[in-house]
Amino acid sequence: MDSIHNDLNAPHSMGTTIIGVTYDGGVVLGADSRTSTGMYVANRASDKITQLTDNVYICRSGSAADSQVLSDYVRYYLHQHTIQLGQPATVKVAANLVRMVSYNNKNMLQTGLIVGGWDKYEGGKIYGIPLGGTLLEQPFTIGGSGSSYLYGFFDQVWKEGMTQDEAEKLVVKAVSLAIARDGASGGVVRTVTINKDGVLRKFYPGNTLPLWHEELEAKDSLLDSLSAASPEPMVS
Amino acid sequence: MSSIGTGYDLSVTTFSPDGRVFQIEYAAKAVDNSGTVVAIKCKDGIVMGVEKLIASKMLLPGSNRRIHSVHHNSGMAVAGLAADGRQIVTRAKSEATNYERVYGEAIPVKELAERVASYVHLCTLYWWLRPFGCGVIVGGYDRDGPQLYMIEPSGISYRYFGAAIGKGRQGAKTEIEKLKLSEMTCRQGVIEVARIIYGVHDEAKDKAFELELSWVCDESNRQHEKVPENLLEEAKVAAKAALEEMDAD
Repeated sequence: MDSIHNDLNAPHSMGTTIIGVTYDGGVVLGADSRTSTGMYVANRASDKITQLTDNVYICRSGSAADSQVLSDYVRYYLHQHTIQLGQPATVKVAANLVRMVSYNNKNMLQTGLIVGGWDKYEGGKIYGIPLGGTLLEQPFTIGGSGSSYLYGFFDQVWKEGMTQDEAEKLVVKAVSLAIARDGASGGVVRTVTINKDGVLRKFYPGNTLPLWHEELEAKDSLLDSLSAASPEPMVS
Repeated sequence: MSSIGTGYDLSVTTFSPDGRVFQIEYAAKAVDNSGTVVAIKCKDGIVMGVEKLIASKMLLPGSNRRIHSVHHNSGMAVAGLAADGRQIVTRAKSEATNYERVYGEAIPVKELAERVASYVHLCTLYWWLRPFGCGVIVGGYDRDGPQLYMIEPSGISYRYFGAAIGKGRQGAKTEIEKLKLSEMTCRQGVIEVARIIYGVHDEAKDKAFELELSWVCDESNRQHEKVPENLLEEAKVAAKAALEEMDAD
């Protein structure tokens, strides 16, 4: 009895797989869509890629509440900053604000974040801000529980200056690989591509993702397996 | 010359019937009586120069600087009451480091000028504070190129191609307007600024002066610094020569 109640009262956490990669002309951010409370999947289609400004987005992992509140604060600061500056904020400034909040509240927060976007000075940039509030500018970065299974994959497949298409395909493949192996990641794959022309959101439902070894095919309904050649249902 | 306030000028929180705040105007007079400050925006950077009037022969040359670096890519030239100027510079430096700590990048010149202007203006709002008796020229080079701002004791801040404050500002402004700034490099600009300052210096009224020159440009790697010694000497020589030519005519 108690274990069931634990699940319902456990904090919402996003086990998660999140990815950010730069390509020639912009960035691609990708994430899975599973939010779990303990063993229960609270939201199987969540959107972990959140907007901070027109040209900067953030991938959230770890505690759902912490990352949402942090994003809200940073969005507010960035809005003020944009008004004062008179032009869009740069990705670097957005990342620095995220780092500032994350570091100064490190005792209370538990989130790993990836900030990605495009600005006219530096082009496409990705910043990783893991648990303690470090800030690291990287050509690509991965985060969340599912990322453990992707380090070797990226070591082999990563290259600088990909095209937009190559980068998007890479991100979708990587997230689906992580979903296959990480129980805390699942659902659909969402990507956000940001470049000088703006922002493009894409959505890949679970049944369009490639199946990796020994994965079962997705089914819309269990009744399908009944109508196919199968024993009579048990009736007495 | 200009009207006396007579009764409306006792406090910075009092308007006159014709809508003026006399205390601020009096503060501006303190600026007008100081040594000339000239600054120009060339195509590759900013040059700032100050006619530093020497009060006594015992002063060490190079002391009592009037041009200060606020951040690695921006600087400030001060005219008027020196102590007031020091306060403004300290505040500007603090704003710049604070901005960098929060946003992770060097403070844009526009932002710096706005903050300094806002601080100067603040001191015109309360009766227990007096306005700053100094005008400040902010020159910096950020991502959007070189920029020049001037801040008056009232807290007004405008962006300029060329600006001058102090005793010889009228003459200096006329000279600046003759220059083709958009085609000029800072190297040439340094010579011009020196020439202008020597030109407006009043030999009769003020005796000696020291020329202080600084720049922030592509050649200085976008760092705000004193103009190198050899270029400074070159500028002084050229300025003196130009003066002789004028006198000879």
